[in-house]
Amino acid sequence: MLTVISFYLLAFVAVAAAFMVVAARNPVHSVMYLILTFFSAAGLFILMGAEFLALLLVMVYVGAVAVLFLFVVMMLDVDFVEMKQGFLSYLPIGALVAIVLLLEMLMVGAAYVAGETKTVVVRETGVSNLEAFGQVLYTDYAGIFEAAGFVLLVAMIGAIVLTLRDRDGVRKQDATAQMARTKETGMEMVDIEPGQGIG
Amino acid sequence: MTIGLSHYLAVAAILFTIGVFGIFVNRKNVIIILMCVELILLAVNINFVAFSTHMADLPGNNPMAGQIFALFILTVAAAEAAVGLAILVVYFRNRGNIAVENIDLMKG
Repeated sequence: MLTVISFYLLAFVAVAAAFMVVAARNPVHSVMYLILTFFSAAGLFILMGAEFLALLLVMVYVGAVAVLFLFVVMMLDVDFVEMKQGFLSYLPIGALVAIVLLLEMLMVGAAYVAGETKTVVVRETGVSNLEAFGQVLYTDYAGIFEAAGFVLLVAMIGAIVLTLRDRDGVRKQDATAQMARTKETGMEMVDIEPGQGIG
Repeated sequence: MTIGLSHYLAVAAILFTIGVFGIFVNRKNVIIILMCVELILLAVNINFVAFSTHMADLPGNNPMAGQIFALFILTVAAAEAAVGLAILVVYFRNRGNIAVENIDLMKG
């Protein structure tokens, strides 16, 4: 009974927050609702018995991706009120596509449920979720695992290369130039006549 | 009454639909479009995990595979968000706005 209540609570919060991501006027609020959606989805994962992925979702999305979105939203100085203006004109076509898509998926689901006589419930295994995860990840999927690491490396280098820029007129410390100074280049001997001063 | 596979699939279907709807409606704001892509990927992840945890443990098929692939989707989604937002920042620096409708002006 507790499972049923928590499922419907989490599912409702996830769907409502996802809708608010689309409908919110302020992008900062959108990011906050996105975080709420991912929290609820993590709760659903825990209900299903995938604890490791639930924690990963919270860490990766709430800890990294959502903060990244928040940084970019606050960094870009954009007039967000003006951006919402096309909302109502695109609403009919968007609603049409959404309804058709949802009907198609629900029909597939209905056909699936009709063919299935008994309800499938969460499977119970002897080992913990994390243990079962590790047993497969580092053996059967080791190659793909390393490829995933490579994808992250490429993404990191790509993001840095894209956003790095050299601005003119910025005084920076050049350690090599400092170290390469000698007595001849860094010092000038001036012979001053008595009573005249420099310049 | 028990919560079965079809309940989770219904939630994932609704989330996916909201994501697609958001892409259609928010035509001017690239940031919201990127968030909608994240929503779609989350819906796919819910499907993967639901099938993975509800699948029978037969010889020759490991139910953990679904969760492994959810992990890889998570990786690619994070990479996509990083690179997409970096492109967005560069675009904003060059043009001063992030309207999607103006992106087709970059020809050649």
